[in-house]
Amino acid sequence: MSAETGASPIPKRRVGNLDLFLAFSGISIMGFGGVLPWVRWMIVERKGWLDEDEFVNALSLCQILPGGNVMNIAVYIGARFGGLAGAISAFAGLLLAPCLIVLGLGGLYQAFGHLPAVQGMFRGAAACAAGLILGMGLRMAWRYRGDARALPVIAVTILAMVWLRVPLLLLLATILPASLALAWSARSR
Amino acid sequence: MSERPVLFDLAWQFAALSLMSIGGIIAVVPEMHAAVVERHQWMAAQDFVTLFALAQAAPGPNVIVVTLIGWRVAGGLGALVATIAVATPSFLITYGASRIWRSVNGRDWYRVCERGMAPVTIGLILSSGLLLSKVTVDHWGSLAITALTVVSLLKWRNSPLIALGCAALAGLAGFV
Repeated sequence: MSAETGASPIPKRRVGNLDLFLAFSGISIMGFGGVLPWVRWMIVERKGWLDEDEFVNALSLCQILPGGNVMNIAVYIGARFGGLAGAISAFAGLLLAPCLIVLGLGGLYQAFGHLPAVQGMFRGAAACAAGLILGMGLRMAWRYRGDARALPVIAVTILAMVWLRVPLLLLLATILPASLALAWSARSR
Repeated sequence: MSERPVLFDLAWQFAALSLMSIGGIIAVVPEMHAAVVERHQWMAAQDFVTLFALAQAAPGPNVIVVTLIGWRVAGGLGALVATIAVATPSFLITYGASRIWRSVNGRDWYRVCERGMAPVTIGLILSSGLLLSKVTVDHWGSLAITALTVVSLLKWRNSPLIALGCAALAGLAGFV
């Protein structure tokens, strides 16, 4: 059968654009802080649209493309079942409800943000949000703790962005090729 | 003053950020801060981190911080323009790539891409965290909240919403 890649044959399933929109709407509303675990749960376990292997393959592709993993995987899954219209449906489902909710929160902040108590709340939440991003980065960095190739790249990136304030485009044009070259030289070892 | 230049700037800025967002929108927070706060002076640094915290407290993908920034800069139309601008480039790239590759796993160039890009992404995310901390941490109270959040995230896999709620309560109590 589809022996070329060795992957299992892709099951023929009928997933409509409305299904895609609703599934990703549901995912987006459940996803506080991290949406990705909910995508896997919905697509692989609840709906069974993709098996575990194909989901991991899709995620791998989405991780090396620009844009958030979750947005990219919505496009991938939508395109897989419904072409361009499917991709748009899944993508719109993922974004519509969160955008409206966040605008509602913004409106509340605009209305009550001048109150000292609300300002205190937001100073607390902002300090926490900074900590959440730092913690996420540290947890990701921990996987590379013994890696003599990765750690200097991480350090140089931070130095360039935070202290030297190098524009991101310049950084990506220099450090990224260097890091890719390092990874290339270390391949198949 | 006409709104058109502002909408044009929003569209251009966020489309460019979308193309540079390897590893997601969190990785481009320093660049977004530079554009929104310094280059265009659309808002103060404090407003920027507040909008970021609001977006973190809402469900959904992190990219909705862009919706909020667009709204703050140019109202409902600004929210729409910024969201579409940040969404379209990565949408088109992923759509194109998903048509070409069903599977990239096990391919040599993919392993190289993955292993070469990961440290840069991690560096960018840590830079985002440091930059946000530089704005938010102004005395021992906020420093304690940031530090406790990092520790709690590394020690327990609790929901970020719990940490945000506790921090907001601490702020409400006048701790920050």
